[in-house]
Amino acid sequence: MTVSVASITKRFGDVFAAVREASFEAKPGCITTLLGPSGSGKTTLLRIVAGLEEPDSGTVTIGGKDVTHVSPRERNVGFVFQGYALFRHMTVFDNVAFGMKIRGRKREEIRKRVSELLTLVQLPEYGGRFPSELSGGQRQRVALARALATEPSVLLLDEPFGALDAKVRVELREWLREFQKRTGVTTIMVTHDQEEALELSDHVVVLSEGAIVQAGAPHELYDRPATPFVASFLGGANVLRGTVRSGRAEVGAVAMSAPEGAKDGASVHAFVRPEDVRLEKAAATDEEREGVALAKVERLTRVGAQVKVALELPDGESMTVQMSKAEIDSLGIEAGDRVLVDLRDAKVFVEDYAI
Amino acid sequence: MSGGVAAAHGRRRKPRRRVTTESAGVRWSLVGIALGFLGTFLAAPVCVVFASAFSKGMGPYLAALADGDSLSAIGLTLLVAGISVPLNAVFGVAAAWLISKYDFPGKSVLVTAIDLPFSVSPVVSGLVFVLLFGAQGVFGPYLSEHDVKIIFAVPGIVVATTFVTFPLVAREVLAVMQAQGNDEEEAALTLGATGPQILWHVTLRKVGWGLLYGVILCNARAMGEFGAVSVVSGHIRGETDTMPLHVEILYNEYNFVGAFAVASLLVLLALVTLVVKQAAEWASSARRERDVAAGRAAGAAGAALTGAAR
Repeated sequence: MTVSVASITKRFGDVFAAVREASFEAKPGCITTLLGPSGSGKTTLLRIVAGLEEPDSGTVTIGGKDVTHVSPRERNVGFVFQGYALFRHMTVFDNVAFGMKIRGRKREEIRKRVSELLTLVQLPEYGGRFPSELSGGQRQRVALARALATEPSVLLLDEPFGALDAKVRVELREWLREFQKRTGVTTIMVTHDQEEALELSDHVVVLSEGAIVQAGAPHELYDRPATPFVASFLGGANVLRGTVRSGRAEVGAVAMSAPEGAKDGASVHAFVRPEDVRLEKAAATDEEREGVALAKVERLTRVGAQVKVALELPDGESMTVQMSKAEIDSLGIEAGDRVLVDLRDAKVFVEDYAI
Repeated sequence: MSGGVAAAHGRRRKPRRRVTTESAGVRWSLVGIALGFLGTFLAAPVCVVFASAFSKGMGPYLAALADGDSLSAIGLTLLVAGISVPLNAVFGVAAAWLISKYDFPGKSVLVTAIDLPFSVSPVVSGLVFVLLFGAQGVFGPYLSEHDVKIIFAVPGIVVATTFVTFPLVAREVLAVMQAQGNDEEEAALTLGATGPQILWHVTLRKVGWGLLYGVILCNARAMGEFGAVSVVSGHIRGETDTMPLHVEILYNEYNFVGAFAVASLLVLLALVTLVVKQAAEWASSARRERDVAAGRAAGAAGAALTGAAR
């Protein structure tokens, strides 16, 4: 079911606004991710959708029905908490069965559904265990099964992989993606991990300081960040400083097109991703030209099949470029070489934002 | 340096002395002080109680307990504890639930107020009830009009005991609830549980041991309370005498065997309380350890399973 959130504001205390005028929509059957650094209000927003917090203003609708003032009990949402919040005194079976028991379902029906769900989350033999006898990844899947037991119209996940170690995290990420496609349940997830968001989601909503900065498909956000914040938050970016002169942004000795409406003399930031830059070995006669800088290779760091190239630009700023080992080898670039750096993919923003 | 090497090279040599340990002299004198203190203030009195109780043999001991007034004191004490402990259990859980789950104005006042009976002398607590319900008290005329007797009667003893012991359950349960947080309750809420269902299926199960421990302590204190009860009871033999009061009466009558016989029951109660408390702690820590061990084993198995499943 479609979940829409319209101009939600939530304050804690009198001054601090955890969420400000946030609006977004989660399409049926899709994974929508709320992405932001800690303190950006994403968990508060998710809890508002679940009904665990009441907004000061704005509305939440699920499947066209206004549920802003409906108790979480009656919203029919499945919530997977960051620490899973499994009932520690109940077995896995009883945990998953809880929602159905509360709703007074028949014993046989409960038994059947619980064993189906445990099979679905690949824990069919674990019904008799207690949560404390499970690993983090297993607990997470039990929490998922418990949340799905009552056939919720929306599944809400709060930092679903936050408490897991790196290897399990990547495995479960793929598993969750498949699992979600199979069950087709509308899912809203909260994370601070941009890689997780880009890999898992159909739709990403980026939050900063309680406000939504940009929303869209993962590749859209990655390729066309709307603000310096999004550019720097999604993927490690090089930041180069410059100024606007006669309508052009001059970054170091390189001129590139300035953002619209930028006044002369304004400071600008150019963001360029390490993997978006191409290098070329410079001949002695080469000079800087539109969008292309001349730089010195400081050092090469080989990480598996990738090579990180540390560059020093003429104005003393440094940047990192990432290329494949094969490319570097065919270009024959080595430390100390002079190279041409193609910066035409850089995104230029007028400075109003401190990193 | 050599110590570290020795430790690294196996266990044949003496275990390395811990860095934080003091010299033998300091250690032994500290142990001596602790044991001496415990011996003087705990072990010796307990021994004296039993020695005096049995000073004339088993027969007079049993006779002293079988005495009508003693039996009535024991009965009254059980009755009072039987009423005030359940009351405090309910109140304690309710107060702890309120404080740990909700924010409301005056919350900090309530938290402080719960400790009030501990900070006020029990005699003063007793006196408060005399001033409220006594013949000259605020509600005195109304009560005597309706022929209700509270002070110098059993209801007064129950009220005073309940007041003096009410922090015990509340504090224990509150500590456990605050330590465990609210996540499970929120999870139950999103799964469709109502408030009472959450309380019964989740919260009460979570605080289990804390509640038991609080009830045990509360019971011990309720049976042993002297000060407040002494003020409101009126010391009517066979009617409003609880065990502690009865001990005092017998002692003042130079009936040492009788006094110490009743006292020995209270000491036994204290010992049983300590044993049960210790057992409860062992049970919960053993469970925790088992949980941790099982969790580790399951972690390894789980990693293997996720691997296999993929």
